[in-house]
Amino acid sequence: MMRRAAAAVLLLALGAIFATVALDFRERTALPPLAEAYVEMVPRELGAPNVITGILLSYRAFDTIGEVAVLFMVAAGIGLLLGPGRKPEDPALDESEPEPSTEIVRNGADIMVPLIALFAVYIVLHGHLGPGGGFQGGAVVASCVLLMLLARPDYRVRLAQLSVAESLAGVFIVLAGMAGLVFAGGFLDSRVLPLGEFGTLFSAGAIPVLSVLLGTKVGCELSVIIERFRA
Amino acid sequence: MTISHAVLTTGLLLMLIGIWGILTQRNILRIIIGFALMGTGSHIVIVAVGYVANGTAPIIDDALPLSEAAARAVDPVPSALAVTAIVIGLAVTAVMLAFAIRLYGAKKTLSIDAFADSKW
Repeated sequence: MMRRAAAAVLLLALGAIFATVALDFRERTALPPLAEAYVEMVPRELGAPNVITGILLSYRAFDTIGEVAVLFMVAAGIGLLLGPGRKPEDPALDESEPEPSTEIVRNGADIMVPLIALFAVYIVLHGHLGPGGGFQGGAVVASCVLLMLLARPDYRVRLAQLSVAESLAGVFIVLAGMAGLVFAGGFLDSRVLPLGEFGTLFSAGAIPVLSVLLGTKVGCELSVIIERFRA
Repeated sequence: MTISHAVLTTGLLLMLIGIWGILTQRNILRIIIGFALMGTGSHIVIVAVGYVANGTAPIIDDALPLSEAAARAVDPVPSALAVTAIVIGLAVTAVMLAFAIRLYGAKKTLSIDAFADSKW
C-alpha cells in the first residue's frame, strides 16, 4: 500500500513537470545556428545529400565508433550471461526437440528472407542519399536472422564467421579513420576519397564505405545477440 | 496545437506510462517493457523538439534544393541523437532480458518479489 502511494505521488509529480514542459513548448520557426551550419556544410563539404548520415558518419563519427563499442560490449556481456559453458538449468527443456514452426511461418520466411536481405543492402548503400545507413541496415540484417530462427529452429548462426566479419569491419573502420588523419582533415574525415557527383551512389567520399563497414559490424553484433537468446 | 505539440505530448505520455510500469508492475518482463516504453517516449520527445514549423526531412534533393535547405529543413541534430539513443536502448533491453533469463533460471519465477534477498 505504502509502495503504491509513493509511486502515485512520484507519477503525479512527474506528470506535473511533463505538463509544464508540454505547455511551455513553442514550436521552432527557424533552425538553431549549429543545425543551420550542418545543413549547409554537409552537402557542400561532404557531398552527402542526407545531412543526418553526414553528421553521424563524419562530424560525429567518433561517437558512432563509441556506439558500436557499446553494442560490442553488450554482445560480449550477453555471451557471458547466456553463452556456452553455462550448465543447463533445466535439462528437460534443453534436450527436447525444438517445436517446428507452422507452414505459414516457414513459407513466409522462404519468400521474405531474400527480400529482407536485399532491402538491407539497399538501406546500407543508400545511407548517404536517403533515409538509412549502417545502423538501420544492420538492424534489418538482424531481423532477417531472427525470422530464420523463428521459421527454422534448427538453423544455426555461424558464430565464428560472424565474429571474424565483425572484427574485420571494426579494424577497417579504425583504418579508415586513420586514413582521414593522414590524408584529410582529421580522424574519420570522410574526404579521403573523391566526393564524386552529388547525389549519385558512388559519391560523398568515404561515407558509403563507412556505412557498409558499420552495417556489417552492427548486423553481425545484433545477430550474435539474437543467437545467444535462443539457448 | 501544432504537430510537434501533439508528438511531444504523446512522447511524454509514453514516458509516464513506462515509469508507471516500472514502479508498479511485479513481473520482470513487464518492468522491462516499461523501460522500453520510457525509452521510446524519450526518442519521440527528442524528435519532436527538433521539429521546425513546416519543415521537411534534411535530405537535399529535387524537393529540397540546397538554397532552401536552411529555411525548410528540420533540425538534423536531434534526429542523429535519436539514432544513438535507439541503439543504446536496444543494448539496455537486451542486457535486461538476458538478466531476466538468468533470474528465471535461478528461482523459476519472474516475480520481482521472489528476489528480495540482497546478498551484496
